[in-house]
Amino acid sequence: MNQTFQDRRGFLRTAATGFGYTAFAGLAALDSLRAKGSENPLLPKQPHFAPQAKRVILLFMPGGPTQHDTFDYNPDLVKHAGQIAESKMSSGTKKGKILPSVFEFKPSGESGIPISEVFPNLRQHADDLCLLNGMHTDTPAHAPASIFAHTGSITFVRPSMGAWIVYGLGTESQDLPGFVTINPPSAGGSSLYGSAFLPATYQGTRLNVTDGQEPIENIRNSRMGFGLQRKQLDYVQELNRGLLDRTESVSQVEGVIQSYELAFRMQRAVPTTLDVSTEPESTREMYGLNDDATRSFGTQCLLARRMAEQGVRFIEIGHRGWDHHNDLRKRLAGTAMETDKPIAALIADLKRRDMLKETLIVWGGEFGRSTFEQNDKSDGRRHNNRGYTMWMAGGGIRGGMRYGRSDEVGVAVENRVHIHDLHATILHQLGLDHTKLTYRYAGRDFRLTDVHGRVVKEILA
Amino acid sequence: MAGTLLVGAIGGHAAEAPTPEGLEFFEKKIRPVLATNCYACHSAEAKTRMGGLSLDTRDGIRTGGQRGHAVVPKDVEASLIVAVLRYDGALKMPPTGKLEPEVVQDFIEWIDMGAPDPRVMTVQVEATTIDLEAGREFWAFQVPAKGSAPSIKNVAWPEGLIDHYVLARLESQGLSPVREAGREELLRRVTFDLTGLPPTPKEIEEFLQDDSGFAFRSVVDRLLDSERFGERWGRHWLDVVRYGDTVGRARNLPYPTAWKYRDYVIRAFNEDKPYDRFLREQIAGDLLPSESREKRIENQIATGFLAIGAHNLNEPDVKQFEMDVADELINTTTRSVLALSVGCARCHDHKFDPIPTTDYYALAGIFRSSELRNGLRRRPSFNSAFFRESLFLELEGVPEYSKVDAAEARSAREALLQELKAAEKARDRDKRRELARKVSKLPLPENRAMGVIEAEPTTVRVNIGGDPHTLGEPVPRGFVQALFPDDASLPKIGDRESGRLQLAQWLTRPDNPLTARVMANRIWHHLFGRGIVPTVDNFGKTGRQPTHPELLDYLAVQFQDQKWSVKSLIREIVLSRTYRLATDYDNANYEIDPDNEFLWRANMRRLEVEALRDAVLLTSGQLTLGIPPSSPVSEFERGQNINASNSQVEPWEIQESYRSVYVPVIRNVPSRLFEVFDFPEASETHGSRDVTTGPSQALFLMNNDFVHLHASIAAERLLASHQRDAERIRHAFRQMLSRDPTPEESARALRHVRETATALETDSSSGEDQGATAPWVSGLLAGVLQREPEAKEMESAMDFLTNHYDEAAESAPGSPSASESDRGSTRREREAALGVLERVLERRPNREERAVAAKYFRELGAKRRKGQSTQGREDRGTVLASSGSVEQRAWAQFYHALYNSAEFRYTN
Repeated sequence: MNQTFQDRRGFLRTAATGFGYTAFAGLAALDSLRAKGSENPLLPKQPHFAPQAKRVILLFMPGGPTQHDTFDYNPDLVKHAGQIAESKMSSGTKKGKILPSVFEFKPSGESGIPISEVFPNLRQHADDLCLLNGMHTDTPAHAPASIFAHTGSITFVRPSMGAWIVYGLGTESQDLPGFVTINPPSAGGSSLYGSAFLPATYQGTRLNVTDGQEPIENIRNSRMGFGLQRKQLDYVQELNRGLLDRTESVSQVEGVIQSYELAFRMQRAVPTTLDVSTEPESTREMYGLNDDATRSFGTQCLLARRMAEQGVRFIEIGHRGWDHHNDLRKRLAGTAMETDKPIAALIADLKRRDMLKETLIVWGGEFGRSTFEQNDKSDGRRHNNRGYTMWMAGGGIRGGMRYGRSDEVGVAVENRVHIHDLHATILHQLGLDHTKLTYRYAGRDFRLTDVHGRVVKEILA
Repeated sequence: MAGTLLVGAIGGHAAEAPTPEGLEFFEKKIRPVLATNCYACHSAEAKTRMGGLSLDTRDGIRTGGQRGHAVVPKDVEASLIVAVLRYDGALKMPPTGKLEPEVVQDFIEWIDMGAPDPRVMTVQVEATTIDLEAGREFWAFQVPAKGSAPSIKNVAWPEGLIDHYVLARLESQGLSPVREAGREELLRRVTFDLTGLPPTPKEIEEFLQDDSGFAFRSVVDRLLDSERFGERWGRHWLDVVRYGDTVGRARNLPYPTAWKYRDYVIRAFNEDKPYDRFLREQIAGDLLPSESREKRIENQIATGFLAIGAHNLNEPDVKQFEMDVADELINTTTRSVLALSVGCARCHDHKFDPIPTTDYYALAGIFRSSELRNGLRRRPSFNSAFFRESLFLELEGVPEYSKVDAAEARSAREALLQELKAAEKARDRDKRRELARKVSKLPLPENRAMGVIEAEPTTVRVNIGGDPHTLGEPVPRGFVQALFPDDASLPKIGDRESGRLQLAQWLTRPDNPLTARVMANRIWHHLFGRGIVPTVDNFGKTGRQPTHPELLDYLAVQFQDQKWSVKSLIREIVLSRTYRLATDYDNANYEIDPDNEFLWRANMRRLEVEALRDAVLLTSGQLTLGIPPSSPVSEFERGQNINASNSQVEPWEIQESYRSVYVPVIRNVPSRLFEVFDFPEASETHGSRDVTTGPSQALFLMNNDFVHLHASIAAERLLASHQRDAERIRHAFRQMLSRDPTPEESARALRHVRETATALETDSSSGEDQGATAPWVSGLLAGVLQREPEAKEMESAMDFLTNHYDEAAESAPGSPSASESDRGSTRREREAALGVLERVLERRPNREERAVAAKYFRELGAKRRKGQSTQGREDRGTVLASSGSVEQRAWAQFYHALYNSAEFRYTN
């Protein structure tokens, strides 16, 4: 016990001495730390069993994308078109005329799964997609449903999925945070990427990807050039080493020294990772960076790939505008188009780098939409939590399949998958048993899936 | 009475002899399904029988659980299991997914044939299994009592009973205490602990000079008497009571008067209000007798404790909402006062502690019989109508308005409310929306606060499985039974009252085993960095055991004996020898007790974010001491859902110089600095904070303008106040680290300043053109306009600034003190940035534009100061003359390094 302790102290003293010069030795230093039993909570950890996927990219589509016009081909809607359907909504029972898809579905890929014409590029990857047509969740209101989709709880503040995953697995990148969320949706607030009772180390780091804003708070030093800053850091670390020598209270000061090392590396790694100008023109074109409509989400998708390459464990990106209460025909076509090419590029790019098999992509919103019209005039659909669609790709998921079905009222009736089941399945692909990934707080063990959750084994490759 | 029996009587089904075919059917089609899908939760092997249901025996399956018979032979309709397997009703099983229709059909057939079942075993009737008598034996449920002091070997060491108890534990483990901390360390420790601020160089000097033998004692008394004490210890309590200035959750509306409760808490700690009285006021202040009008108002405001919780105003289900609110109150009250998680008993008997679910609903009855008045209501159809002025608590005897013309304000409000009523009657949605918005923008009458009042007394029925629509037995209003020595001592609640008064009285009764212990432990936790029970919010079975049970009992009894005086208990603890121990490492001790559970040394503790920020402001001379007159939240549009994109609060900007305890706590939109430095999530009790160390903290301290700005101000002040380098370094060390530097440290620090100065002179890439206002203005305008500013715009901006700048310079020398003039100029600089924008845009800048400006005015702040120093050289004499701005920047770098050092961020 004491031997280890002394060794580690000795090592850290050395490490801290030449901070400025050893900082870039990065990985070697970290390997050393690992060997010496350092407590850095972000170092990679062993999963419960052999994983299929190493990381997750969540493509979150806030607003509640309509499944009936995108990924859930339902011939019953044609059969019952115009009939009155009703459904219990938060604001009472709502009725409306059943509205078949306003877009044409086409069999896609070799598997022939039907995908709407609004996703012409994505359709080409149909054989990688597993459409979960039997999703259901607990509430049809945006903010609580978003929180539920991310944390598995509406009533209480709980850690979000990304925080749980980094808690369980650590992260492979020691130059970047383990959980990154780009432009998180406003409905739901910080709990969508919060760590709640888990240590704050695991919370998501927000990136703001808009022109002219710093992507991470405080990532640049506006006052000091690089040389001056290194001089400054050397002095700070020297002060810290002095404290370490005097007090022999290791762990806290040790933590401070390490955090400055990582911060310093992040200062260089983050701007580099976020600089997509170094990508070849063909890649920029492929992601739609040359087109105003697709640039925003294309940039996010490209950044997701770059961060995946760097070893970030959980990456969330998103595109708003799916709350189509009216003008469905026009607006859905627009929103879908803004994301279609970028998502297709992300899948293709990961595949050509042989990364898709170890990257789990999850697409979806907080809920879906009704089979019936909002009202006669609006050309829109209402919220619907009782049946909707998400899809997964890569990361050991069977491609080219549909799983689950909803009926003409929009209720998932077959092979239903609840949010808790989705969470259990995501964890499973990462090698984590959702019943064993627990954290003790306020006297009991908490889980992402609470007391629920079923791994949807039927969709595993 | 040992809980309520919820299980139905065993049905009178005559045993029939099953046929071999029947049994084969069971073995082939039924048993495997039960075993695979059900036994995990409903069998003797499973640790729990969910819903009181066993499916692994014949009697079990026929008896059923809380809801009734699972299987009634030959009666498919009456057999609950069928509906459940079909996923027809509210209860759907198995929870992992619906079984195949064929399987369900098998069950129907099986029941039709008389449900042949060979599994003969008697069901264990599952009543509430909690044995209260046994439960009461648990250590924490014994009334604390002072024992005799244990025997010790080193009789010379203790200075009082606390030391005696600590030493006895140390000796029993083979440990011995390290030396006492040095005087400088001790002063830093106690000043942070009692006031949340570092000692000033003057206070250090005085303490070091005082060799009367009472020096430390008089420091402790000075700190306890300081108004800063309540700001420090009040904030500890606000963590416990999940204080927030907005409602949080899905529809995050402001609580415009929450600050009145916050200030009440701070006052209570400053006045050393007896803790038992403090609790009674918070839980039932409205029901307590009060001798004066002021006292009455204070008691009403105290009940804000119950009203400031986080609630989901969007909850569609009214019953669910009501029970969630009651749940929030049960959780907060029991965790904060008793350190018990009674909330666990909402869905089932507590798994570990002797708290049956009926106790939970007894408490729920008390809170459902009280009305929450927080100004908000659930789920109206549009945002602004969530807010209802009439839903506030009305303070008795407070004038409605004092700052505006009362009659005018009243009639304006009346008129609006009349109109609103008419619009509601006419079902004119647009009009209603518009009027409600107007109402929510009116100045809030000053006689409003948040709190509770009594409501129609009601009895709550058990919500089976926590489902408010599946009701069990009604439970009379009552308390946590296991905490009473016997059933006879339970207080009685009258038919016409909620029981809140009795709850408040019981919590503070001398025979309540937990209240005094829990608070004494919280106090210990804040002074040693670890509670005697380390799980400060959990004294139940799953919590940790006390490391010093006799000491905890002693402190609890002492606390009560001294009339629940928090200050007296703190004084006794900090005057102990144990508190004065150094943080020294000791190898022999470390081998036995590496985590220092037994206190052989003091723990190094990280400053909380409030202490960190306040210390930065104090060292740069920018801290405003005193209480802000209200809160920026009271100025918010009260119907607005606050989220990250529209947050009107820039707490940082708005209350830049007040102590951190006064920065509003906006749920869902935490201040970035607070979030980064582990400010607790403000919707649940957090008696102890996380201490994380991550790169975002390092990035903040290295790069954030706030740190640079204050380093720069501190440097300017240092150069003005001290002329010799060694003195400067000593002063800065005292300000920041509360100690003198060693000669080596001093030499190294000076070398750093010199090298930095040299680098600044040569390193043009890092240099900023000082006094160059034009590039700054053009940067500001470019940031806001998203294009290069035109010459005309630049001219107009520079014109404005020159005027502004001259004004600032003129007013500076007349200011009473340096710190005030600095604060004044910070404010003026902000105005300057906004003024430039207004001039150029020819309108008031909007929020986004203001945000860009905010970023820039901080930089302007630093530049202005440099400009002033340069300009004011002659006026201020030789000190400034010898320090060019490179000099000042080099010293700013030195301060910046100290802000970044681990030693600054910890107390030793």
